[in-house]
Amino acid sequence: MLRVVSTKDDLGRLGEQLAADHLMRLGWRILDRNWRCPAGEIDIVALDDGELVVVEVKTRRSRAFGDPLEGVTDAKLTRLCVLAGAWRRAHPAVRFATSRIDLVGVLVPVRAPASIDHLRAAA
Amino acid sequence: MIGTPGRATAVALLGLTGRLVDIEAALTNQKPGLKLVGLPDAALREAQVRVRSAIEHSGFEMPSRHLTVNLSPAALPKHGSAFDLGIAVAVLVTQGVIAPAAVDGVVHLGELGLDGRLRPVPGVLPSVLAARANGRRTVVVPTANEAEASLVSGVRVVAVPSLRELAIAHGAELESVPVEPVPDRAVAAGEPPAPELAEVVGNPEAVEAMLVAAAGAHHVLLVGPPGAGKTMLAARLPGLLPDLDESAALEATCVASLAGEAVPGGLRRRPPWQAPHHTATAAAIVGGGSSWIRPGAAARASGGVLFLDEAPEFSAAALDALRQPLESGEITVERAAVTARFPGRFQLVMAANPCPCGQFGSVDGACTCPAASRRRYLDRLSGPLLDRVDIRLRVDRVSAAQLRLRDERPGLDTASARARVLAARERAVARLTGTPWRVNGEVPGPWWRAGDRRLPPDVRQPLDLALERGTLTMRGYDRTLRLAWTVADLAGVVRPGRRELGTALTLRGAVR
Repeated sequence: MLRVVSTKDDLGRLGEQLAADHLMRLGWRILDRNWRCPAGEIDIVALDDGELVVVEVKTRRSRAFGDPLEGVTDAKLTRLCVLAGAWRRAHPAVRFATSRIDLVGVLVPVRAPASIDHLRAAA
Repeated sequence: MIGTPGRATAVALLGLTGRLVDIEAALTNQKPGLKLVGLPDAALREAQVRVRSAIEHSGFEMPSRHLTVNLSPAALPKHGSAFDLGIAVAVLVTQGVIAPAAVDGVVHLGELGLDGRLRPVPGVLPSVLAARANGRRTVVVPTANEAEASLVSGVRVVAVPSLRELAIAHGAELESVPVEPVPDRAVAAGEPPAPELAEVVGNPEAVEAMLVAAAGAHHVLLVGPPGAGKTMLAARLPGLLPDLDESAALEATCVASLAGEAVPGGLRRRPPWQAPHHTATAAAIVGGGSSWIRPGAAARASGGVLFLDEAPEFSAAALDALRQPLESGEITVERAAVTARFPGRFQLVMAANPCPCGQFGSVDGACTCPAASRRRYLDRLSGPLLDRVDIRLRVDRVSAAQLRLRDERPGLDTASARARVLAARERAVARLTGTPWRVNGEVPGPWWRAGDRRLPPDVRQPLDLALERGTLTMRGYDRTLRLAWTVADLAGVVRPGRRELGTALTLRGAVR
């Protein structure tokens, strides 16, 4: 089987890297990546012009099973809110005005350039 | 919000009344999904799934943001799958596949299959009529509904087999992918010809009574033992009725369409025939449902004959539900959220056994019922209902002698009977010119006793006598007078004489 990346985890990591590149191109400051706590994992934490953004990245090969962003369930969104609180408590030194949650959908087709879909303020 | 909302128009039906429904689809900055709002029923809510699948199987993509589809007016309950197409079009407009100008003023009707093909829906005829009444000039329907939609003049009908072909018709630059159109619902192999009147053996008075019923549109009650031919007689009544006029034919076709029947080959010209089983509920008779109100048997019989076999076996609620349409010619079904109106100008024919065992009064069988249960049996037909029934006739079993006689002298056939009925109706129409009525059965009693309709005292005498003796009520008096005029119309005489009045008194009968 032809694979650029071999496993599901590799695909996820590739997607997260593409997403992080995208955010840095936007001029955001990446504060944290793959931050873990007992409640779960945050893919990317960044600062967008004074606003703290918790970013969830979802990567898919194609839209055959739906848009990548559809993979983020309502339960996952709720958990991201909890995780955002946990991250803030773990990093009291970081100064920000407000916070929000963004979703980034990454499509990595086998024989085409990857595309990025950035949904701001999903929650 | 992203971009401008897409819009399309569909029709919501309440009874035969259609209202235009604006469908708006708007993208919002949320994760992908489709949410339908605006009082959809269960079948319509599932449109979310059908529309999505149809769009993706037609070579389009669902947007990667959240779609909110609103059906307005939001408070109007909407039902069924005919909104699928409008929703899909609104979504495609949102995405820029179809230009907003292309669908401006166009009404879309149709159910979507998961493969993007369009499936026929019930109620296309009343929906297209509603679209025309609201000034819309173009209607898009599934290929299978093309013939039905084309019955409405003054509207351009665009029939398409699939969502993709529709997008192309609306100007999307795509390659056409030919598909097999979904065929219309199975059509009952032609309407069976009306049963022949000449098949009725014996019972010449009963045959004559059916002619009178047909000529004057009088309601009928036939009482007799099992095997007397009550059902046989009743089934021949629609064949005696004239063709439906334009508006009645349109109404009958609309009701049939709404009831989910296929409507092939133009308007229904022959009077319908409905014979619900005696276990039917009131909702089955007049129509019912909670949000989506289906026409009942009485509405489907409008313009034709509603036959209730074993009438006393029907529930009291079902029978009394008929009183309103018998009075007003219209059926109104009230529910908490909605009121639906259907036409209810049917001719009621009821058949009943004289008693539970059925033998009472017959020459060749002995009745085993106690007197009380016999009395109670026909009492189940309530007084107010029976009041509206002009003809109450006793029908008896045919004897061997009548069968032999019939071989020598064949009975009246349907074609010549209908010709007599038509002639009688023409006479009635001539007399009723300048009144709101067309047939004698619609005319209220007092009219017959006024002006030059007054019969001379010597002709009236048997009727007056019956009234004096108390064997006839005042209402019965009027009904008999009315029948006498129909008998006269049928006989071709200018006004009823003693003879016609006598016949009328017999038809009015002493069933109870």
